[in-house]
Amino acid sequence: MSEFLQFTFIGLGKGAVYATLALALVIIYRTTGLLNFAQGEMAMFCTYFVWFGHDRGLPLPAAVLVGMFGGFLMGALIERLLVRPVSKKAMGNPLPIVIITIGLFLGLNGLAPIVFGEQAKTFPVPFGDGSVSILGASIFTRTLGTLAVLAVSVAVLWAIFQKTKFGLGLRAVASNAESSALVGVPVGRMLLIGWGMSAAFGALAGTLSVEGGLDNTLMALPLIYAFAAATLGGFDSELGAVVGGLLVGVITELLARYGTIGAYSVGQDLKLLPAFLLILLVLVFRPSGLFGKGEVKRV
Amino acid sequence: MSESSTRSSGAYGVLGAAWAVALERLAIGPVWLRKAVAYALLAGVLYWIPTYFASYQVTEYTRIMAFALAALGLNLLTGYTGQISVGHGAFMGVGAYTVAILVTDHGVSHLVAIVIASLLSFVLGVVVGLPALRIKGLYLALVTLALAAMFPQFIKRFSDITGGSSGKEVPRLRPPEGSGLVQDQWIYYLTLVVVVVVFVLVRNLVKSRVGRALIAIRDNETAAETMGVNVTAYKLGVFGVSALIAGLAGGISVLREPFVNAGLFNIDLSITLLVIVVIGGVATIFGPAIGAIIAAELPTVTQDLVAGRFPDFKVDPYRPVFFAGALILLVFAAPGGITGAFKRIGAEGRIQLIQKQMLGRARQVSSGGPDSPP
Repeated sequence: MSEFLQFTFIGLGKGAVYATLALALVIIYRTTGLLNFAQGEMAMFCTYFVWFGHDRGLPLPAAVLVGMFGGFLMGALIERLLVRPVSKKAMGNPLPIVIITIGLFLGLNGLAPIVFGEQAKTFPVPFGDGSVSILGASIFTRTLGTLAVLAVSVAVLWAIFQKTKFGLGLRAVASNAESSALVGVPVGRMLLIGWGMSAAFGALAGTLSVEGGLDNTLMALPLIYAFAAATLGGFDSELGAVVGGLLVGVITELLARYGTIGAYSVGQDLKLLPAFLLILLVLVFRPSGLFGKGEVKRV
Repeated sequence: MSESSTRSSGAYGVLGAAWAVALERLAIGPVWLRKAVAYALLAGVLYWIPTYFASYQVTEYTRIMAFALAALGLNLLTGYTGQISVGHGAFMGVGAYTVAILVTDHGVSHLVAIVIASLLSFVLGVVVGLPALRIKGLYLALVTLALAAMFPQFIKRFSDITGGSSGKEVPRLRPPEGSGLVQDQWIYYLTLVVVVVVFVLVRNLVKSRVGRALIAIRDNETAAETMGVNVTAYKLGVFGVSALIAGLAGGISVLREPFVNAGLFNIDLSITLLVIVVIGGVATIFGPAIGAIIAAELPTVTQDLVAGRFPDFKVDPYRPVFFAGALILLVFAAPGGITGAFKRIGAEGRIQLIQKQMLGRARQVSSGGPDSPP
């Protein structure tokens, strides 16, 4: 039992990180209706900003703010310079946008070692590396800290999206940009802010996910898990991203420990299998996810 | 994408006019004859390559052909039918591993193994295509991306069959006795034959009723369905065929490089295939081949160019950044890729030429030239 609990706690810790990145995916989806394949690499790049701030003597919280600010600028620039002109020309064809985000994926991944050096950066672990014992299993303080950050983030995002006029504008643009423009919502500014906010969250996710060293592979796998989390929770729900993230984290950990395929155990090697199956099954049987609202099709 | 705009634009117009004038000067004989000469020249060059180049270069050209083949399969799905896959590297991996396992552990002959590998890829493609019936656009890209990420893990997990990270050696397919060919030449010609046959088949497919149905699905699914296109069957079928071609490409690449390991068929490979399709030209026949050549040669050429001036500069780390820049630039400047740009240059040129001729005729008429009525 305590072993089961132990793996659940480990899963929660990983899930909290996936949830943070999934939040970034959800923000972009809610404001622009896009899936951003470069989200993970943007987060990785912003984490280098955090490292840079910390390396120049800032305390970690201040460095995270620097990273988030850098992320906001980066996201806003990407939206203005790359995404907006392309989506205008694409007229509903998703391929050009996918190509742009894949271009960003490759570019940022290749640029990071060139700009910041190839050697992995050492990074202080946020919230220390102690642990607390609960019911005979130990839970890391950083898991608790990550969960706390997550809870605050969701509350803030929920308040912004649901309770402010600004948030209403963001949602309106995602659901129907043309109508929003007609009723006076500054569509361009909303899209810009959506991308900026999302990239800023990436900096947070990246910082929380660093274990040991920081290099350009930081987000390669978390991105897939975060997509699984956002798919499971529903791409238009912050709460869904969090629940989805935690579920994905716990499910993959438990399956890695206890799952078998025929005579083979799933093990640490095949952790992406549950994530892949989740994405597939949820999209086929319940495309709106656990918490999402179904898309209404108009003829 | 490229069809969206047919208006004249400066750069394309100027280039196009020059191109059209050049073509007009060179245009000797009927169209079919010119085409025949062009294809004969191409065939000659392809035949001559392995007799001229060093062994490692021949092997490199064989590799480019396999990439072109896999990209052709992807283009059928993504370019012609509009279903985005970021996971075709996994199908290549399935093909390669099937051949490696069958040949090495079960003593199956190479060619039979390649046929089985292709069929298996077809079946897998249909299975992955099943959810694609309900999943569209961006979401399909997501599913296939997850598939591509998972494939190396699968290989590692079942390492007692696949060889895992340390890989698997495959016996070579030796050239037949008395052919006079050495190993790299033999594999080059074998690959060339497969690639040419598949290119011709795909070309005929997309020019047929089936091809028009696929394009109709891409452009407007509802309209296609209304016109009587069986969208479900076509989507599943094209997913299967596209995976088959990628699997075939993976299978024949084992002939060239008789070794497989888990790292070879990762996400980067899948992304590279998509990049090749986009650079070469979405929904074109020769696009994948042109894209594969550019993707393989661009880093080498750039290295050679800068090597003289900056001997310390290493191009290799910049390779992904180059591709990223090229991709993003292409989406802006030439959404149809290289092939699309050339087509457009040709079209613009013809328009300019016709305009010029008409203008000339109009001037003649107005100035009372020899043609004008008295």
